[in-house]
Amino acid sequence: MLGFIIQRFMQAVVVMAVMSVIVFCGVYAIGNPIDIVIPPEATEEIRLNTIRRLGLDRPLYEQYFIFIGNLLQGDLGRSFVYNVPVLELIGGRLPATLELVLISVISATVIGVSLGIYAGYRPDSWLSKTIMAVSVLGFSVPSFWVGLILILTFAVNLGWMPAGGRGDTVEILGIEWSFLTADGLSHIVLPAVNLALFKLAMMIRLARAGTREIMLTDTIKFARAAGLSEATILRRHLLKLISIPIITVFGLELGSTLAFAVVTETIFSWPGVGKLIIDSISVLDRPVMVAYLILVAFLFVTINFVIDLVFALIDPRIRHGASA
Amino acid sequence: MTDPVLSVRDLRTHFFTRAGVVKAVDGVSFDLAAGEILGLVGESGSGKTVTGFSILGLIDAPGRIVEGSVMLNGTELTSLPEAQLRARRGRDISMVFQDPIATLNPMLTIGQQMRLAINAHEKLGRRAAEARAAELLTQVGIPSAEARLRSYPHEFSGGMRQRVAIAIALLHRPSVIVADEPTTALDVSIQAQILYQMRDLAAQTGTALIWISHDLAVVSSLATRLAVMYAGRIVEQGPTATLLRDPRHPYTAGLIASLPATSKPGEPLAQIPGTTPSLLSLPPGCPFAPRCARQTPACTEEPALTIEADRGWRCFHPVGQMHEEPA
Ligand SMILES: Nc1ncnc2c1ncn2[C@@H]1O[C@H](COP(=O)(O)OP(=O)(O)OP(=O)(O)O)[C@@H](O)[C@H]1O
Ligand code: SF4
Ligand SMILES: [Mg+2]
Repeated sequence: MLGFIIQRFMQAVVVMAVMSVIVFCGVYAIGNPIDIVIPPEATEEIRLNTIRRLGLDRPLYEQYFIFIGNLLQGDLGRSFVYNVPVLELIGGRLPATLELVLISVISATVIGVSLGIYAGYRPDSWLSKTIMAVSVLGFSVPSFWVGLILILTFAVNLGWMPAGGRGDTVEILGIEWSFLTADGLSHIVLPAVNLALFKLAMMIRLARAGTREIMLTDTIKFARAAGLSEATILRRHLLKLISIPIITVFGLELGSTLAFAVVTETIFSWPGVGKLIIDSISVLDRPVMVAYLILVAFLFVTINFVIDLVFALIDPRIRHGASA
Repeated sequence: MTDPVLSVRDLRTHFFTRAGVVKAVDGVSFDLAAGEILGLVGESGSGKTVTGFSILGLIDAPGRIVEGSVMLNGTELTSLPEAQLRARRGRDISMVFQDPIATLNPMLTIGQQMRLAINAHEKLGRRAAEARAAELLTQVGIPSAEARLRSYPHEFSGGMRQRVAIAIALLHRPSVIVADEPTTALDVSIQAQILYQMRDLAAQTGTALIWISHDLAVVSSLATRLAVMYAGRIVEQGPTATLLRDPRHPYTAGLIASLPATSKPGEPLAQIPGTTPSLLSLPPGCPFAPRCARQTPACTEEPALTIEADRGWRCFHPVGQMHEEPA
């Protein structure tokens, strides 16, 4: 197990190193921030000073190594635009995104897997057919449109929920959270539903496919032949046997939603990181972009690492490195 | 004869598929006495497994028992509500499958799986359940059983996994075990070991066995009675020695002729010509007719069951009865 962890860790380090180069070069290629950062009426002297201060006069590889050197000391640079440390900027927005994404991905998984198992267990019942029809909808309707419809229906017409913002927050461990207040929770519902719909559909499909496949196997037949009740079979046998793809998708969805909740955050004016990134791309705020992309890469590497660990924990064949 | 523990009458299990109705089991009847071993032989696709599953009430859609009766210790199983049927499965009747790799759950330890099977019928504490499980594992010949309870299936060989499955089937000392080709997937050397061990265990516990196999050589060394299946029916049954010495049905005779022991050394093994018919397009009348050397126009009718002493067969022109030899 320890060897497995070390090996995965080395892999993660290599991936991060490669990603940092790609991100750095990629962002460099997008455009020159100088024209945006420096006002057109600035004198040539101010211009040159600013360029030197931002380190933009050095060759790319030097800029890269300075960046990496600072990064290793926990310094991701300062925003060109806001002139505050990038980490502070992103850190201030992260809790909002985190709570929204966690709530939507976790509820999509719990509800989706339950519905999917039911649909796979009783494929011919009308309820299963309804569930599958809804899941097709979840796949095919564009997210931004659903967001607008949600606002129109529940905020504008019915007035049940607020249309945007985070609502009241409480501070815990020095961080502001919305989901712990009634008002904050009412603000989360609509964007969370918006984010969750696609994932819900995916989890339903995944759990249903797994259930249909596993229920036909000899493992289940044998458990039935031994007299196990259907509830025990679902809980003790099926759930474990369908878990591997579900955990994979859960991890990847968690990562990609954290990184790219942009559309929903924009529609619901949710002050999360997605909004920050869109803004910094439009003004070519290079440090923010680079830091953000590096963090996203780090997030995915970590998630993959955790997924592998969880696999090893729940599946003895992976843990023991066996082939059978 | 004492009352049989299991009595199957005119059992019919059909699969309602898109391509048509597959009559996988179509009129199967037999009795099983306490402690008896019945060998159920037939080619692949003849309906042996479906017969076994039907007896346990484990037929999944699109299949259904459309007719017939399965009496276990005097209880009719086919009309039993699912909850009561479940309470009997694993306790009064259990089953061992062909492929031990596929039957055990790879993600649970042997101990967990055995405890699930114990707790399905008896609320035993963890300790007591593990003690019972270990005792059974020892009985089926697994060394250091106590420690192996914590192992996962992939840490066992195929033969050992099958022993675990057999131990699970034996947990509640059922009166009947359906053993569906439990040794076919194993090495030859292990096959024989498991075969005779299971026979001895059944004898010790008074459990009756239905031993399913496509290999007449294997079952005939084990079974007290034989039932020969063809296209969803039992075409002949009787005491093993009688059937081997003096078969009536041409299909039984063909199976015996193709045994290595009955053919002369140096000569190729006799084979029954032709292949198993598709159950979707059976000829009317005797299903064996297209492959039968003794076939006559009479065979387009369904042959009725002929009973003679302790044996029976379904054929218009049985082998070994000179007066009915076709012209
Ligand atoms: N779920 C199903 N749907 C449709 N047909 C089925 C189904 N299960 C079994 N059958 C059909 O029933 C017939 C009998 O199958 P069965 O598995 O009982 O044969 P078998 O005698 O056990 O053969 P084998 O020696 O290969 O195990 C086969 O023709 C098979 O195609
Ligand atoms: S009934 Fe006719 S076709 Fe069928 S086995 Fe007997 S002789 Fe052959
Ligand atoms: Mg079979």
